[in-house]
Amino acid sequence: MSTPSKGLSEFVAEATEILDTLAQDLLTLDERRGEDVDPDLLNGIFRAAHSLKGLAGMFGQDRVAQLAHRSEDLLDRLRLGKVELGPAALDGLIATIDVFQALLAESARGEASPEVTQRSQALADHLLRLAEGAPRAPEDPLAGIGLDPGVRAVLTEYEEHRLRENLKKGLSLWKVRAAFDLSDFDQRLQEVNAKLKPLGEVISTLPSAEPGAGTGIAFDLLFGTRRSEDELRAAVAAMPVALQRIAQAAPPSTASAPPPQGEAAAAPARPERRKRKRGTSRATGTPPIPERSGPAEPALEAAEPTLPAVDEESAALAPVTPLPTRTPPVTPKPELDASLRSLTQTVRVDIRRLDALMNAVGELLLTRANLQRLAETARMGGVHAISKLWAQELHRETRQLERKLDELQKGILDVRMVPLGQVFDKLARLVRRIARSAGKEIDFVITGGEVELDKLIVEELSDPLMHIIRNAIDHGVEPPEVRVQNGKPRRATIALRALQQGNHVVIEIQDDGPGIDLARVREVAIARGLITAVQADEMSVRELQNLIFLPGFSTARSVSQLSGRGVGLDVVKTNIANLSGIIDLHSTPGQGTLLSITLPLTLAIIRALVVSVSGRTYAVPLNSVLEILSVESSEIRTIERREVVTLRGQTLPFVRLCRLFGLPEVPLKRHYVVVVGLAQERLGIAVDELVGQQDIVTKPLGGRLQHVRGISGATDLGNRRTVLVLDVGALVEEVLAPERRADFI
Amino acid sequence: MPWKVLIVEDSRASRELIAATIEAIDGVRAFCTGSGFEALKLLPRHRFDLIITDINMPDINGLELINFVKKNPNYRDTPLIVITTEGREQDRQKGLALGAAEYLIKPFEPEQIAELTRRYLRIA
Repeated sequence: MSTPSKGLSEFVAEATEILDTLAQDLLTLDERRGEDVDPDLLNGIFRAAHSLKGLAGMFGQDRVAQLAHRSEDLLDRLRLGKVELGPAALDGLIATIDVFQALLAESARGEASPEVTQRSQALADHLLRLAEGAPRAPEDPLAGIGLDPGVRAVLTEYEEHRLRENLKKGLSLWKVRAAFDLSDFDQRLQEVNAKLKPLGEVISTLPSAEPGAGTGIAFDLLFGTRRSEDELRAAVAAMPVALQRIAQAAPPSTASAPPPQGEAAAAPARPERRKRKRGTSRATGTPPIPERSGPAEPALEAAEPTLPAVDEESAALAPVTPLPTRTPPVTPKPELDASLRSLTQTVRVDIRRLDALMNAVGELLLTRANLQRLAETARMGGVHAISKLWAQELHRETRQLERKLDELQKGILDVRMVPLGQVFDKLARLVRRIARSAGKEIDFVITGGEVELDKLIVEELSDPLMHIIRNAIDHGVEPPEVRVQNGKPRRATIALRALQQGNHVVIEIQDDGPGIDLARVREVAIARGLITAVQADEMSVRELQNLIFLPGFSTARSVSQLSGRGVGLDVVKTNIANLSGIIDLHSTPGQGTLLSITLPLTLAIIRALVVSVSGRTYAVPLNSVLEILSVESSEIRTIERREVVTLRGQTLPFVRLCRLFGLPEVPLKRHYVVVVGLAQERLGIAVDELVGQQDIVTKPLGGRLQHVRGISGATDLGNRRTVLVLDVGALVEEVLAPERRADFI
Repeated sequence: MPWKVLIVEDSRASRELIAATIEAIDGVRAFCTGSGFEALKLLPRHRFDLIITDINMPDINGLELINFVKKNPNYRDTPLIVITTEGREQDRQKGLALGAAEYLIKPFEPEQIAELTRRYLRIA
């Protein structure tokens, strides 16, 4: 595996951005099947494919370039109206997204597997056939009108096509001359565009070659509309524009530009422009491209799911610790004029740099704690007035430092945040494809795509979410006929929701399918030897449901293409647990299943509960703590040689931390029980004392201590005391499934 | 005085590659922008010795930029090179007719753009 060069990683980053836009716009196009096609949207998609081709070509990524080239060709013919946009063409284009992703993933690793090459080639050939199919008869209405040759000379072929389309529909064509001051013309022009867009289509924006008066600049907009002259004039009444209808054999424009207006309210121009570039705005009054079935085509096998498979390494239970600080090589760029900064308002940051920053903040937090302790000691122990004064000052400084640190921490956390929509969009494509191949009719409803989470968490979420949704499609949705028989709507609904709750994000996946078949779960678990019949009889509904998270459990009667890939919900459980997430499962027979995942906003700095046991101090990540109970010794019962307590009528497994770690036991009448949850498991951990809460940065343990189970690392509490951080996941697993783990210390 | 070259290209990676290529030439300073509008704003503020532009851009197209430069007495002597993925013959002819000195189709060899830059800046 070769190490990708810096240039290559830049290529992958930009290509990924383009691909995200492409995918999003294609999905929008797909959702609007059967509606009039928005030419801006289609052109935006074309531009994305076009950019991708250019980019890949420049970086010598031939496979990406070739597929982008074929996509672009097809899109070009679609937008020029030479090929009609039917289901075949749309499916072909949507299929490219996954192949592009596979290609980019290989590029990033510096690889090129024959399988992916072959898939890409097959798809490229398919697109070529689509582009060649069903040509439309060419006609040229442009020939009829006497457009100013100076204007026509600067129209690209696409713009000419749009002009033709407008004329064909019998729209009237206007030249809108707008003059502005050079300093803010882009904003003013956006304002004019915003007024015009609802009325028709702005075909081109030609900066007038006539030299402006000193600091002015004029534009000629070519505008097609169905609206009357009065409506048009009313729309732009307050704008510094002149209108001229382009009639047949119209003479070159001699309209004089009105003086620039300086006092009109400025509109935020950048989002508008981005919007236009991405082609998400919709034009009204533009000619539709009718929907029609495409020509017969060979079945497309390239559309295989390609989201990366969960590998064993990432699935292994590993304590979550900050990445080691590595500073990527930074080559200083030549400083350009400040005004030449990139126009986009998003910043792409290498996550490793952020981790380094985060570490620095962690250290600063420790300094703060030290300072606080000093201040406290001085204030309490200081006898001289002068030292008291000093202590007060120090105290004030510490407060200041604390506030600054909070700001810094918040700012950095914000930089790490990315919207969940990034993952949700990928899942939407997956659902569409899987549902089709499984013969199921599903509405996939996404809400909360704007909710933001730490980038690392979002990245790690895509695999588990994919598994859960595959499962929902496979097991949680009945075939359409069965649904109708059961009196349900023919189309099933799978909802994917995200919502923020304080410092947590809750992600819910809900289906309206048959619910979990507990009888069958029981049957399978016994058949697989996961539990005995006697154990099964003693299990609560919740415990039975949770059996589906055990490794080796799968109720699919046959190994299907969808869920039966040898990895099941146990992998989901492990992945979510690695993110300190908590899984809740609710299933109602006949009505459906709701699975909710609660995740921390970030893992970089965590809040911990500091507890003490037998005179030793430990930190418990607060993300995993559900509640704290105070329990009398008499309330502790023993079932099958395991201690349990009763919590709101439910049996809660209970463990004394001192016994687990082999520490001398302090006899106590009352125990504090820290109830922790990890994935779907719950456990009560008895401790002697609750010390308090604190922000901690977990450092990995080195050398031999590294593999000690039950401990995820160490942290400094600020009083120069290093304490161990409990690995809640390992503890839960240890206590609840000791037969699977014999190597505990 | 360094030679000033304006690069108008909406792909950041392409833009930076072109800039790095020509800035490797002694005395050349690249000014980059991703939009035609931004280019229109920059033109009166600097005296550029060379303009390198893409055709497909989100706001105005490259042909419109060429037209603007070549019809304006203040800028018309500035040589203009088009670098585009747009292999469309009609657009190429229009670009050259409007006064572009060169019309390159991507992908190009960095040496090719360096050589053209030297030629149009008359650097030996």
